[in-house]
Amino acid sequence: MKRRVVITGMGIAAPNAHGLADFEEALRKGRSGIRFFPKLKELNFTCQVGGAPQDFENIRKGYFNEDTLMSMNENIGYAAVSAVDAWTDAGFKMRDVHDDTVDWDTGVIVGSGIGGMDTITTILVPMVSQGKVRRMGSRIVEQVMNSGTSASIAGLLALGNQVTSNSSACSTGNEAIVEGMWRIRNGLAKRILAGGSEGQSPFIWAGFEAMRVICKKFNDRPEAASRPMSATACGFVPGSGAGILVLEDLESAVKRGARIYAEVLGGAVNCGGHRMGGSITAPNPEGVKRCIKAAVSDACIVPDDIDSINGHLTATFADPYEVKNWSAALGRGPANFPYINSTKSMVGHCLGAAGAIESVAVVLQLYKGFLHPSINCEDIHPDIAEFGAKVPQKCMDYPELNIIAKAGFGFGDVNSCLIFKRWNNNQRSY
Amino acid sequence: MDEQTIFNKMIDILRGYTKDPSLLDKATMDTHILNDLKVNSARLVDVIIKCEDTFGITVEDDEADKIGTVGDAVAIIKSKLG
Repeated sequence: MKRRVVITGMGIAAPNAHGLADFEEALRKGRSGIRFFPKLKELNFTCQVGGAPQDFENIRKGYFNEDTLMSMNENIGYAAVSAVDAWTDAGFKMRDVHDDTVDWDTGVIVGSGIGGMDTITTILVPMVSQGKVRRMGSRIVEQVMNSGTSASIAGLLALGNQVTSNSSACSTGNEAIVEGMWRIRNGLAKRILAGGSEGQSPFIWAGFEAMRVICKKFNDRPEAASRPMSATACGFVPGSGAGILVLEDLESAVKRGARIYAEVLGGAVNCGGHRMGGSITAPNPEGVKRCIKAAVSDACIVPDDIDSINGHLTATFADPYEVKNWSAALGRGPANFPYINSTKSMVGHCLGAAGAIESVAVVLQLYKGFLHPSINCEDIHPDIAEFGAKVPQKCMDYPELNIIAKAGFGFGDVNSCLIFKRWNNNQRSY
Repeated sequence: MDEQTIFNKMIDILRGYTKDPSLLDKATMDTHILNDLKVNSARLVDVIIKCEDTFGITVEDDEADKIGTVGDAVAIIKSKLG
């Protein structure tokens, strides 16, 4: 019998909020965290808006001592703060520096899409280029290695189960949750801190600017720039931040009397193989549909059980295709379609952190019984006009909200889909 | 620069590299940087760079390898300053 996996803690560092209470308020109010970045203008970007957790340098200083802070770049800093928040939210205490014990039952699967680009561009490349390699200090490798994010969290919390950083572009955050779910289901861990993180840097965002896929028409109106499902969407708004969820074996959660936010009913990942219309940058629609169907099957539900979708929905030309893929995969036309919203409308596209930040939003909506508005799509795209009634324009109270499907798609033609279910206290049997 | 001044500056430098700064309150010349102050061995590189910047000296690798206690560091710095 497979073990059931529940969520008992969460941490969030998003462009529009830090911490769960602030994030819930931002989601309910449809508060955008997108801002004008003077540096992007100075560097001749056509897109001069972006999303980054605000005042975060000061927030970080409130969490860690000088030694720890010196090992943190943007990416690791967002992840570390969110991990500490998630861990304490789950009811655990931070270990004293003199405590030499290890929690062998808890692991970390937290990755990023791009990672420590700020360290590479502001320290590594300049110093090596100037022949000063011996003066770089000891902290470069831990900040640029792909596993730096998860390694940092393991050290802060003294965790001894599997500790790794996955990477699958914009599907990274979702994929980490799927991987964590599997590990707990298989009885290999009691808890996994799962999620994703991404730093903010013009050097991370530059590649997307060069591809002309980010938003350039709303520099004077940053809060209106991220427009998923809108007729006037003109590219995604780059974002950053972190989301971490404490996934826990139901038996362990019940035994310690933990507060349970929701259940991870199922999930799936796959790749479209860069065929049938898919490529390194575009999803194969067949791959997307197969992934959604696989997640539904894994969750042991039927498509009609899904009350709402939290889409990948980035504000590019692909949004209408995504909505139609959902419709086909679930076999539910416009009249019978679930609600659908995009958290990216408020935080932008946080790349490797996107799925994790948006999953935190999903779980909060299930736990509190509401659907957040999908902002900036009053002018719904004509290709999906018939689905328009299913896109919340204002926050909806929805106490009977039970199941949300969450998807993420990434460069490399990779897909991920998760099925989350509201937790009722009377479900505490296993 | 006298030995006590170098010692005090050395303690200030180490403050950023120990996980428990309270250990520095009782530090003496005989205090071992790794064993007693619980400084991560990888960070010794950073401590040396900081010393070079603070005192305007250059510490070679074989000299750095001989540093175990705070007193060892103070002695090398004092000899460099002349």
